[in-house]
Amino acid sequence: MTLRSALIGSAALLAMAAGPVVAQELTAVSFGGAYGAAQKKHMIDPYIEATGNKVLFEDYSGGIAEIKAQVEANNIQWDVVDIEVIDLERACSEGLLEVIPRDILPPGDDGTPAEEDFFPEALANECGVGVIFWAIIYAYNTETIGGGPPSTIADFFDTETFPGKRALRKRPQVNLEWALIADGVAPDEVYDVLSTDEGQARAFAKLDTVKDDLVWFDSWSQAPQLLNDGGAVMVQSANGRIFGAIKDDGRPFEMVWDSNVFDLDVWAIVKGTPNKDLALDFIKFATNTKPLSGMQDVAYGPTRRSGAALVDPAVTNDLPTAHIDKGIKADGIFWADFGESLGEKFNEWLLQ
Amino acid sequence: MADIALAAPPAATRLTREEAGFARRELTRRRLVAFGLVAPLLIFIGFAFFAPITTMLHRSVYNPTVVELIPDTLTVLEAWSGEGTPAPEILTSMAVDLKRLANERTSGKLAEELNRGLPGTSSLVKSTARKLRRAEDAALATDGATLLLDANPKWAEPELWQTVRKVGRTYTDTYFLTALDLERDAAGSIGARQSARIYVQLYTKTLRIALVITVLTLLLGYPLSYCLANAPARTANILMVFVLLPFWTSLLVRTTSWIALLQTNGVVNSVLMSIGITSEPLEMMFTEFATIVAMTHILLPFMVLPLYSVMRGIDPSYMRAALSLGSSPIPAFIRVYFPMTLPGLSAGALLVFIISVGYYITPALVGGTDGQMISNIIAFHMQQSNNWELAAALGSLLLLLIIGLYWVYDRLVGADNIKLG
Amino acid sequence: MSEFPAYFTIWHKIGIYALRFTAAAVLFFLILPILVIIPLSFNSQPYFTFTEGMLSFEASAYSLRWYHAILENPNWILAIKNSFIIGFFATIVATVLGTIAAVGLASPDMPMKRVITALLLSPMIVPLIIIAAGMFFFYTRFNLVGTFPGLVIAHAALGVPFVIVTVTATLSGFDRSLYNAGLSLGAGPLRTFMDVVLPLIRPGVISGGLFAFVTSFDEVVLVLFLAGPDQRTIPRQMFSGLREQINPTILAVATLLVIVSVCMLVTLELLRRRSERLRGVA
Repeated sequence: MTLRSALIGSAALLAMAAGPVVAQELTAVSFGGAYGAAQKKHMIDPYIEATGNKVLFEDYSGGIAEIKAQVEANNIQWDVVDIEVIDLERACSEGLLEVIPRDILPPGDDGTPAEEDFFPEALANECGVGVIFWAIIYAYNTETIGGGPPSTIADFFDTETFPGKRALRKRPQVNLEWALIADGVAPDEVYDVLSTDEGQARAFAKLDTVKDDLVWFDSWSQAPQLLNDGGAVMVQSANGRIFGAIKDDGRPFEMVWDSNVFDLDVWAIVKGTPNKDLALDFIKFATNTKPLSGMQDVAYGPTRRSGAALVDPAVTNDLPTAHIDKGIKADGIFWADFGESLGEKFNEWLLQ
Repeated sequence: MADIALAAPPAATRLTREEAGFARRELTRRRLVAFGLVAPLLIFIGFAFFAPITTMLHRSVYNPTVVELIPDTLTVLEAWSGEGTPAPEILTSMAVDLKRLANERTSGKLAEELNRGLPGTSSLVKSTARKLRRAEDAALATDGATLLLDANPKWAEPELWQTVRKVGRTYTDTYFLTALDLERDAAGSIGARQSARIYVQLYTKTLRIALVITVLTLLLGYPLSYCLANAPARTANILMVFVLLPFWTSLLVRTTSWIALLQTNGVVNSVLMSIGITSEPLEMMFTEFATIVAMTHILLPFMVLPLYSVMRGIDPSYMRAALSLGSSPIPAFIRVYFPMTLPGLSAGALLVFIISVGYYITPALVGGTDGQMISNIIAFHMQQSNNWELAAALGSLLLLLIIGLYWVYDRLVGADNIKLG
Repeated sequence: MSEFPAYFTIWHKIGIYALRFTAAAVLFFLILPILVIIPLSFNSQPYFTFTEGMLSFEASAYSLRWYHAILENPNWILAIKNSFIIGFFATIVATVLGTIAAVGLASPDMPMKRVITALLLSPMIVPLIIIAAGMFFFYTRFNLVGTFPGLVIAHAALGVPFVIVTVTATLSGFDRSLYNAGLSLGAGPLRTFMDVVLPLIRPGVISGGLFAFVTSFDEVVLVLFLAGPDQRTIPRQMFSGLREQINPTILAVATLLVIVSVCMLVTLELLRRRSERLRGVA
């Protein structure tokens, strides 16, 4: 190959590689693992089949940082994102998400108009449409735990009775709430206490007592792995991940519902995406009765009443809605206000 | 060399003016040709590499965000003396700006910037913005100051306004100060940072880890290189595969291996437990130990290769002479052999040290919280906390360190003497 | 053994044996991690560890399921394709520009040679995280983030130093009078380069190109900062896999990559021999 033909050839190939993207290609981002698999099965694949559009389905580990980086650099890579409601208010109020008009949502399979069919929490924020009800719980491995079965959130912080590593997700959300409850704060006062300097100091002081026994993970899919491969004896987890590990893989895990933090996930659209129409089209499809009810595969509750009717009674007791009285609801507005400052404090605490 | 010859030609071979002119033109032409060959690459590297580095350096002192968000408030704030609560029109202007930001959904950015100047401020800004979002424009214009203070009495505190003024500068040394665990107090003098001090400690830790890795690669690499260099050529060539194969194997593959080896139920723990050295699995994964072991493995070839090529060139008869003349092996080694290996040793050690100071991937994957190095915190500020200016300042300091080391390397070894494979 | 001279004391001999033992242990340390992943990648269980069955060599404990998993996962297929596309173009850019520049740098008439060489080699030394951050800020302005050209440019910049080093090494044995002869016989610089210089330094160019390719093929930090979902590469895919969902598919990919590096090693060795032969002839 002469120099010239090599150059021409490569220019041509490069043009092909970089050339205009196929018009109908959507990038959807969610949490991977068992949950991602359920979404792929009930939302992504049926959508591809129904419309012929291409969907690139990516994993991320939550939080708003990556969305923020894309919006601030004006370099949008993602179109549709699955966001935890604990982060949604902040993302929406910081202008990282598009507003999703409610009138485009189709009625449920039984004909109920969307606004009545969805549970109110699922449409509470204008930037998202609810996908699941889920809960953050902690679980233990019955084979490696010492000191009998733990049953309360205080047990999670009790390293004397229950020795061994505990794994938490590496962010302040939920961890600070748990620390306060374990320290004796009444569940319904947690967010009030946490908005004071003293309350924050108290939460970090409680976390300090177990700091040496903590293992941190980034992504929900790591939680069952840590429990399985011996990295920790207790892990914080989304309930569905542990449910899947017990039901599908037969792992010797047990869930503790005490002080579970009850939350929703929504589909949202990244602000400024060139594929906004396609993204709306996908959300319309994916939040219909049938796809939503498929989320029961991983023990997450559907956000439409018409979907709840389709839930297998055998699973009902594993859904977060059955344990709501033992937990608290994640406060997205609190975290919109305090996410930044507590995030910074948390990271400095981690590095100290 | 050529221009020295032209500048001071020996008298005997003095050229005619015409010849000298021709030679000079010819030299200029050749220089232009040589430079012309290098120019395309210089332009390319300038765009692809040096311009990005310069942008990063600029970013570490340049932050126009706040000026763009609340220009009016910053202008009226100039009239404030710096003590007591600012005048009502300043508060009103802030109230008007906050309402606008809340509607544009950019109050979060202001909250973020202010929070960096004064930890804990973000919730104040965001909750106030949310309350003012519903306020009437007319009421805001006349009574903005009261509305602002009603929303949160903290807006009366001078400390907050000093922060607004501080973060409202387009060019700032704040990020460099933070990167060095320093801060400027209200009077403008620089002192140790009041809240967490972490970065200096992290730089020290990075240097310490890099030093430990350099020493380890040296301790492991020196005897190996010695044996390879003194083995028969055939054997040495075959054994070199053990060094070159890891060298050519993807970094991620080698890191993956270490995860498989070190994790709680991993290969090392299984072996240790089956031969009864320990009954409980050891915690090796996600520690500084894991970072050091994996990086020593990954960087060992960078030590062995220069050492080997230097040792290969040392005539064994020197050592033989010293020994046969009655010197003991150890003094003979220290006085005769070791000094001759210094060029390879310094090349390898500097290279390993330079590479490990800036390492990111391996600590990120096996280091947990303990084994994080400065690169990891830069990545964290780039990707997680979105504090790009601080990331740039931390990066600039790291770059300064590396340039210093590179300069030493160039002096001692010569950058163009880098050997590969 | 009789290989030791008569003046060696017993301690000296013990010392030599200890040294050899150390060297053998270090070689073992170097190669073991590479070898250990190969059997693990044939695990029939979804774990990163040796199962009982594997240790007792039961056939059922081994399987190819993780290799099938690569083929069945469109993300891996895309990653493999992208790695080769990006690597190929980055190599072309780095090799062409780097080789021409190396010829210029090797000229005795090159002005400011030391400084320019140090500048051109610096991408090899500057920590990747700094390069990645800088490129993220700068490439965003040209809409190069999340595009193939952006990654190609970034990787080419990283590969250039390797091309310069290897080509310069080959050129050091190159007789410049051949080049000057070409020029004085009336051929232009480009023609002379293509017809006279290039054939002689080809082994150096090819091994420089290989280095550039491997640099791009292995690179993950820049990809983490600059690539969009469309541009995921093998290392990127491995990185996120190791962070999020460890399963033996990564080990299977790793094993395939070890085979790739063995091929690289063999190619380089052949090139080295050829280069020595060529120089011997010249």
